[in-house]
Amino acid sequence: MALLNFLKPKNQLEEGGRTSAPVQRDAGEPEKNCPNCHKDIPLSRLWANDLVCPCGYHFRMKARQRIQMITDKGSFHELYSNMKAENPLNFPGYNDKIETVRAASCEKEAVVCGTAMIGKQKCCLFVMESYFIMGSMGSAVGEKITTLFEYAVQHRLPVIGFTVSGGARMQEGLLSLMQMAKTSAAVKRHSDAGLLYIAVLTDPTTGGVTASFAMEADIILAEPGATVGFAGARVIEQTTKKALPEGFQKSEFVLEHGFIDSIIQRSNQKKYLTELLKMHDGRAMV
Amino acid sequence: MSEAAYERVKLARDSKRPTGLDYIKNIFKGFIEFHGDRRYADDPAIVGGIAKLNNTPVTVIAIEKGHSAKERTYRNFGMPQPEGYRKALRLMKQAEKFGRPIICIVDTSGAYCGIGAEERGQGQAIAENLLEMSALCVPVISILIGEGGSGGALALAVADRVWMLQNAVYSVISPEGCASILWKDSVKAETAAASLKLTAEDAKSLGVIERILSENDIGKKEFYDRIRTLLTEELKELSGDIDLTQNRYDRFRNLGVSAVVKE
Repeated sequence: MALLNFLKPKNQLEEGGRTSAPVQRDAGEPEKNCPNCHKDIPLSRLWANDLVCPCGYHFRMKARQRIQMITDKGSFHELYSNMKAENPLNFPGYNDKIETVRAASCEKEAVVCGTAMIGKQKCCLFVMESYFIMGSMGSAVGEKITTLFEYAVQHRLPVIGFTVSGGARMQEGLLSLMQMAKTSAAVKRHSDAGLLYIAVLTDPTTGGVTASFAMEADIILAEPGATVGFAGARVIEQTTKKALPEGFQKSEFVLEHGFIDSIIQRSNQKKYLTELLKMHDGRAMV
Repeated sequence: MSEAAYERVKLARDSKRPTGLDYIKNIFKGFIEFHGDRRYADDPAIVGGIAKLNNTPVTVIAIEKGHSAKERTYRNFGMPQPEGYRKALRLMKQAEKFGRPIICIVDTSGAYCGIGAEERGQGQAIAENLLEMSALCVPVISILIGEGGSGGALALAVADRVWMLQNAVYSVISPEGCASILWKDSVKAETAAASLKLTAEDAKSLGVIERILSENDIGKKEFYDRIRTLLTEELKELSGDIDLTQNRYDRFRNLGVSAVVKE
């Protein structure tokens, strides 16, 4: 019964008793306007609620904050933190762009990889970073994710991946495109080894990442309201000259069309992933 | 220099170039077309079936743009729907079952951007092709004959050998798309074309392709004869490769590695 309860989609507001209380405003406290309910929410309250608005809107989350939320305390060991991409094509403006982004995000690249415990279950984890050129996939992102899947095969570990990406990073040209094939091949090997891969698609997951490892998991989950698609909505509108249907490319729409397994609210994710990991524990054929 | 790259883009898009079906007709014998993805529909933008390369049965899959206005509309200008990629994968798995080599002929500005394509999982269809092609137990050769538009082209090009026509282009994004995103100005497409390194020579120097095919006699009998001979020789070599799938894995595994710095 407890299992069924947590599988049941739950209103974020039903939990923790935070819902019905009116938003308290301390004078001068910084607030963030919610694009869904258009209310100003005190930042402290958003932070206490894993960046989910009382209305249920999921704000974007930094990779390391997500790692803290999803993993057992102190269990995350980062891997490949030394890898970063150069400017292989000498693409104009790329050096400056990447330098600025590195300074602003305190990350070297658009994905953080490592091993961790989730509900006492050991796994490999990758979390993409929306604050790094919108999680775009270049050579370093492809290399890190590929190497992580290879590590997971070697150590017979499941992989959990949180995706957020605008797609392939165009400043690395064809080399970015090739990362789609490279990561897919690594996912295939991990899958053929009988190991579990769970993807959690967060806002937005699009382009070359959707068309590769985001859609290749055994179990594909998504956050509520996340944009999940291949082509950009604006491009589709311009190409087809048609109005897009209500909720187009939102995770609810993608679920309805059969491409993801379930939509899981942030507050339920750790419990849900723990249960899935436990259900697959020891099931891989050695 | 920037003009030169964009000139290639224009040449690659030229509607007078031979299309996928021209290659099928002139290189292979006795082509038998198979239709449909067995899930939803048959996509006319991708043509697939079996044929003989000299005397060897092979599976041939080609993106077809069409020549006349009517044909081009029917073929959706060579922009495949998810069904097209699923048909291609079905035929590739069939080829694997019967031990047939696979030849893919690629020419697309990209996978179709449409409401229906998204509803039916364009991203998922491409992803599945990349995943499955990486481990096929039969030789795969892909030839880019015109436009190699991003994931829509790669979905038929996870191959043991990838060749490009001299004036074909292969790119992660169209130069116009790139210019409009980066510089909010699609007129800068020429600069973008040069920066993206999308010509056959660029692709070869990046290690993305193995061979550039001359276009001096494009569309003539000698042109197709030469490709037939090259395919026959290459397949002979690949058929004897006992580490075929490992080598294909390594081929893609190594791409981009030199661009990554370890601090």
